[in-house]
Amino acid sequence: MTEFIRFEKTELLTTIYVTGEVDLSNSAELRKTILGALKTTPTVKVDLADVEYIDSSGIAAMVEGLQFANSNARFFGISNPSTQVRSILELARLDQVFDID
Amino acid sequence: MSSAKNKQQPESKTVIEVNDLVTHYGQRKILDGVNLNIKKGEIRVIMGGSGSGKSTLLWHILGLYQPTRGQIKLLGNDIHTMSFNDQLKLKQDIGVSFQSGALFSSMTVGDNVALPLREFTDLDENTIRIISRMKLEVVNLGGFHKLMPSQLSGGMTKRAALARSIVLDPKLLFFDEPSAGLDPVVASEIDDLILSLRDTMGMSMVVVTHELDSAFKIADKITVLDKGKNLMTGTVEEINKSDNKRVMDLLQRRSRHDKLNPSEYLRRLTQENYTLS
Repeated sequence: MTEFIRFEKTELLTTIYVTGEVDLSNSAELRKTILGALKTTPTVKVDLADVEYIDSSGIAAMVEGLQFANSNARFFGISNPSTQVRSILELARLDQVFDID
Repeated sequence: MSSAKNKQQPESKTVIEVNDLVTHYGQRKILDGVNLNIKKGEIRVIMGGSGSGKSTLLWHILGLYQPTRGQIKLLGNDIHTMSFNDQLKLKQDIGVSFQSGALFSSMTVGDNVALPLREFTDLDENTIRIISRMKLEVVNLGGFHKLMPSQLSGGMTKRAALARSIVLDPKLLFFDEPSAGLDPVVASEIDDLILSLRDTMGMSMVVVTHELDSAFKIADKITVLDKGKNLMTGTVEEINKSDNKRVMDLLQRRSRHDKLNPSEYLRRLTQENYTLS
């Protein structure tokens, strides 16, 4: 695992902390981490507080996480998106789809 | 939607640089020493009458035509001297929305939008589907992915083309007459989308248009071309206040006629081998 992702895991919750930029070079790793976490814990949150930029492939990784969670009675959410990340989510109206805190 | 005017910082770095660009069609000079300097996050509108060279300038910036002379740098790369591999990489940072839409008529709207992702990335199909449909949501065409281009209206075609042009999250976005032929309401929606993309994604854009309302709404700066030369570059306010007759003609939508030279005019009408100088 590269340093741009770290996570904390309990029996019920995995929090994935993402740092820096998420783009085509590393979004597959984010996707893999999210889907892997959803298979082992009922709730997964991605903390975006330290994300400076996220491209569409990064957003798509989170959409896939939500899709998997909804199909498998799991919960997926996003925490602390920056203004820039939030505005990208709003542009595609995904702020109304994700659980964001 | 937030206001976009003058959002780019004065110290922003240059992302598009055109130096002393000269080009000919045959013997006719189309661009005559054009210079541009466009900053990150800037929307630059290129205006001018028919035949002023604005579309030709766009094709040169995109590397589709070879100039007679001059230098073009995109994101710091000289497009005429960079390697083929670097050109391929640069293409992923560039989005183009053509006047006609240029959608492939044999593909669904969804496949049209997904095409650059399939061409330039190794993302899996599920991710490609999500991204391309997300972009259709952005341009307010959510759920239209299965339609064929022939089933779209003019405004929808432009929006679908816009979705395709942003599917790779480009740093530079180019538009050729984005609102030409659209009714004012749809044209205004396209303008709002352009502003919104700049505000949220920080894209730098070059918009070639002759639509004054649209230009004044979206431009950080306007470059006015006339006879292939930079006539003026300035903010909307500076352009509006200009006392340059050519600029005033353009703003007042008056047709431009040079003072008639009777003997030259007669030569144009009668000489078999006449060419424009």
